[in-house]
Amino acid sequence: MQQIEVRGTPFDPWQYLADWQARQNLANARSGATAVFVGTMRDFNEGDDVTGMYLEHYPGMTEYQLETMVAESIREWSLDAVLVVHRVGEIRPAQPIVLVAVWSAHRVAAFDACRHIMETLKHSAPFWKRETLSDGSTRWVSNNTPG
Amino acid sequence: MAVNVLFFASLRERLGKQQASVDSDVPISIMEVWERSGGGLILPDNVLVSINHVYATTDTLVQPGDEVAFFPPVTGG
Repeated sequence: MQQIEVRGTPFDPWQYLADWQARQNLANARSGATAVFVGTMRDFNEGDDVTGMYLEHYPGMTEYQLETMVAESIREWSLDAVLVVHRVGEIRPAQPIVLVAVWSAHRVAAFDACRHIMETLKHSAPFWKRETLSDGSTRWVSNNTPG
Repeated sequence: MAVNVLFFASLRERLGKQQASVDSDVPISIMEVWERSGGGLILPDNVLVSINHVYATTDTLVQPGDEVAFFPPVTGG
């Protein structure tokens, strides 16, 4: 099972997970491991104070790339479920940007697949960040941080 | 038929447009699509390309009716 959401409004990843879990079969005794990654907007980048961010995406291709990559991960690691939520639009510091959650029978698959999905998202899903600095100027982020 | 061309992020701002249309009744390469839509700009080395939402290279052939996109390296997550 997989769920992908690209959303333009803020979300609480922990509430999102709780709501997701509440909709699943409570008797699920198959998934012995759950790995979760939450990415949150920092208020600094490359030595500058950052006061806001706009996240642009390519509607259609973004969802296609995420769905394809998650489906491949489910097959490769025999995952039980994957949830990916990603913000677009105007974002403020301390607001969550991305949630990746992976359910599997054992911890190695959950850890490895969660990391793989996050890294692949950063390199292949068409999102672009434009930062607003404390002096009001804006700039496009040109590269991902190394890790 | 036309090829629908999209530009995103800093490349969209640099070109001053988010969309273009390239008329062709025969398959053409992505590089030709760029030459007929990129406003005379040399295609920057780091620009990524897709055809119908799938990543492609500049020598890939584009069919009339396809959607082609040019964009800078992605920075999500």
